[in-house]
Amino acid sequence: MQLDPVILFFVLGFGAGLLRAEMRLPSAVYELLTVILLLSIGLKGGVELAEADLLQILPRLGTVLIMGIVLGLLAFGLLRLSRALPRSDAAAIAAHYGSVSVGTYAVAVAFLDTVGVAYEAYSAAFVVVLEVPAILLGIILVRGLRPQNGWSDVLHEVFLGKGVVLLLGGLFIGLLVGRQGISDLEPLFIDAFKGFLALFLLEMGLVAASQSGAIRRHGTFLLLFALGFPLLGAVVGAVFAWLMAMSLGGALLMAVLGASASYIAAPAAMRLSVPEANPGLSLTASLAITFPFNVLVGVPLYYAVLSAVYPGAGG
Amino acid sequence: MNRKLLTVITEQALERQLIRCVMEAGARGYTITEARGQGQRGLRSADFETGCNIRLEVICEETVARQISTRLHRDYFQDFAMVLYLEDVEVLRPEKFDASGHQ
Repeated sequence: MQLDPVILFFVLGFGAGLLRAEMRLPSAVYELLTVILLLSIGLKGGVELAEADLLQILPRLGTVLIMGIVLGLLAFGLLRLSRALPRSDAAAIAAHYGSVSVGTYAVAVAFLDTVGVAYEAYSAAFVVVLEVPAILLGIILVRGLRPQNGWSDVLHEVFLGKGVVLLLGGLFIGLLVGRQGISDLEPLFIDAFKGFLALFLLEMGLVAASQSGAIRRHGTFLLLFALGFPLLGAVVGAVFAWLMAMSLGGALLMAVLGASASYIAAPAAMRLSVPEANPGLSLTASLAITFPFNVLVGVPLYYAVLSAVYPGAGG
Repeated sequence: MNRKLLTVITEQALERQLIRCVMEAGARGYTITEARGQGQRGLRSADFETGCNIRLEVICEETVARQISTRLHRDYFQDFAMVLYLEDVEVLRPEKFDASGHQ
């Protein structure tokens, strides 16, 4: 199969990071790249929502919400069964793995564009829905209904984080103006998507490499979990896609959502509400292990398996 | 005229809580800058948002400074990376830094 250049940018960043090359995108640039990617994904989804039957899609949001809770509970259950971690750490990691990574989703979208497989772009709405439930679940698993510093700051962090705001914003703008309306914005948000993604992945490679030293410190159990849980999550995602009768492309997106772990919304929210959990554990797992795994191995792997077994894939 | 300069170096995640605590205690204002460094809880590189540190400075009366530090000590010292210190500083317009309720 054709090597995806976008992925090679990640490899470049990772390699340069490991060699401690003098290279770093300014943090304001990284911020801007995230903003553009979030808006692009939102806009694209919104445009498709404008043409779709909303009444058919709304109930699916509920199904996806359940998926977020299932993923969080699965991760928490596995971590607790292993007895390797205290309850607070298990809950914090579960919140990360039940929530999703938009960066990984963007890589899967680019992958589908490269192989020329259609997908439900409105799945961007699923990304928004999936950001939230596992984080709340993680907090409740430790604190019950009374988190450390009250609910208001946590809810602010979860619902008004840039992920939710910009994705939702993009969705609404796309939905309001439709395909015709955003045509002027297409050069920036649609055509240049892969270029921005490449730069974003370059920086993510550098970040992942800078975190990779921590892997050894946290031991093999975390490594096994961070590599194993994505496989399980991908299966859960694919099953939910099948329940919703999505296309092969949609099933890959759902598998990737199931497999990915949050590294923006969840760390901030969990730090505030479950401060005794070690933030290094969950961030190392999601950022230094699971994200690279999904980008390099997971996405093509899930696609290969799905095209063989997913109903209607014609494999 | 002397006032206290209270400096707090801590995780960015706490920014909103910190501001609330400072203003509730009666300070008239504060300054926040991003910070990098290394300490007991590891390297804070400031190039990834969750690993970022901030440095908060408040000039206020001693009672206010004590109140803020007591509260921060109680609420955050155990679980968060936090360094806090007080200094005497000479300021030109002391009344500018006095608790709003005192005038």
